[in-house]
Amino acid sequence: MTPAINDDEITHLLNLLLEQYGYDFLGYSRASIKRRILRLMAADNLVAPAGILQRVRFDPEYARRFMEEITVNVTEMFRDASFYHCLRNTVLPVLNTYPMIRIWHAGCSTGEEVYSMAMLLQEEGLYHKSLLYATDINAGVIEKARRGMFPISQMKNYSNNYILAGGKESFSKYYTANYGYAKFDEELSGRVIFATHNLVSDKSFNEFQLIICRNVMIYFDKELQDSVLQLFDDSLESLGFLALGAKETIRFSSIATSYQQIEKEKIWRKM
Amino acid sequence: MEENVSGAAKKLVLIGGSAGSLEVVLAILQQLRADPLRAIIIVLHRKGGNESNVLVSLLKDRTRVPVKEAEEKELITGGQVYIAPGDYHLLIENDKTLSLDFSEKIYYSRPCIDVSFQTAAEAYGPLATGILLSGASRDGTDGIIAINKAGGVSVVQSPASSVVDYMPAHALKHAAPRLVLNIAELIDYVNGF
Repeated sequence: MTPAINDDEITHLLNLLLEQYGYDFLGYSRASIKRRILRLMAADNLVAPAGILQRVRFDPEYARRFMEEITVNVTEMFRDASFYHCLRNTVLPVLNTYPMIRIWHAGCSTGEEVYSMAMLLQEEGLYHKSLLYATDINAGVIEKARRGMFPISQMKNYSNNYILAGGKESFSKYYTANYGYAKFDEELSGRVIFATHNLVSDKSFNEFQLIICRNVMIYFDKELQDSVLQLFDDSLESLGFLALGAKETIRFSSIATSYQQIEKEKIWRKM
Repeated sequence: MEENVSGAAKKLVLIGGSAGSLEVVLAILQQLRADPLRAIIIVLHRKGGNESNVLVSLLKDRTRVPVKEAEEKELITGGQVYIAPGDYHLLIENDKTLSLDFSEKIYYSRPCIDVSFQTAAEAYGPLATGILLSGASRDGTDGIIAINKAGGVSVVQSPASSVVDYMPAHALKHAAPRLVLNIAELIDYVNGF
């Protein structure tokens, strides 16, 4: 038997998660969240919706697993070469004019992009005066991000990405191979504050010159996208930059009119 | 299935294949007649993200019907051809909008044909048609099963007419597509829909 769950049952499950644990997934795109739930049900041998509902209701540990499994945590180092070129050549020179640089990686997952940014800042001589906030709703992935250990099997791909993105060093100088993992230089996380933050329910906590949130908002419905963009707007200094994923845009949102797109990248500047 | 979302395409045809099936997709598009009630979504396995634009402009040049890359949250419009962007899964929502998803690759591929077919089967039910072309993985089989279950029309390219027959042959063996067509028949079928 393959697991099945209908729309009403999903709504019921998500309401339960909100009322009992405070996690609000009601504004997430349904098709994707349904796939994740079915995947979890299959993995945990829960064929009927009643089974998963019971587990989430009575087992807080399981509720946490549910929350962690239905969010997508796939990320990469130096993904989209032209994006990183633009950061290096257009955005960082502007940030360099500030005495202190504050960057927020919202929905950073396991942190690959945070480490990419730290390398970029080091290579451009800005790291010493930068502070990076790396947040995610999922405490499990934040812990992984803090450890800075990534599968060694990914290093060839990341090294290629790094070169394409205009990397100035030998990529392998940033990590030491340790069994199946590449342990990244602790200096790269030395100026990073890792914390959990929920984009749906938590408020703005600082002002930044650069906010990076890539491939997070694609999972949100239009309404939630708009409220998250408002949160970013509230958290961005005037003339600050907002960077999104390759297929994301602020074009149809309420903040669009006060932002200007940088080159053809998914980077906008607050005017 | 939600009914009567105003402005959305009434019928949806999905075409899935790997890079090797591009010729067949081109042949279908070349002779495509506009149908304002129908949208077409093309999901092709391929490497990386950046040549997405190349694929869109290549297909655009060969057909009179409008072709564009699928964007997240956009309404599926009748008469339009959508291309699933490289390196994202493309999902069809019950409210007839499109979603993108950057979750794990499936059968080494993103976009995955199953994901689009399965979600389309739910959103469009009997008004979904899934066409599976040539390819080298088992992607598409579960999608064909989902289309069948929803009462839609499932079509598989005949393995004999496929550049790489693994994908259609796998679907033939494990699903029960309603139709098995060669290239000429596929072109006629899509136009006579």
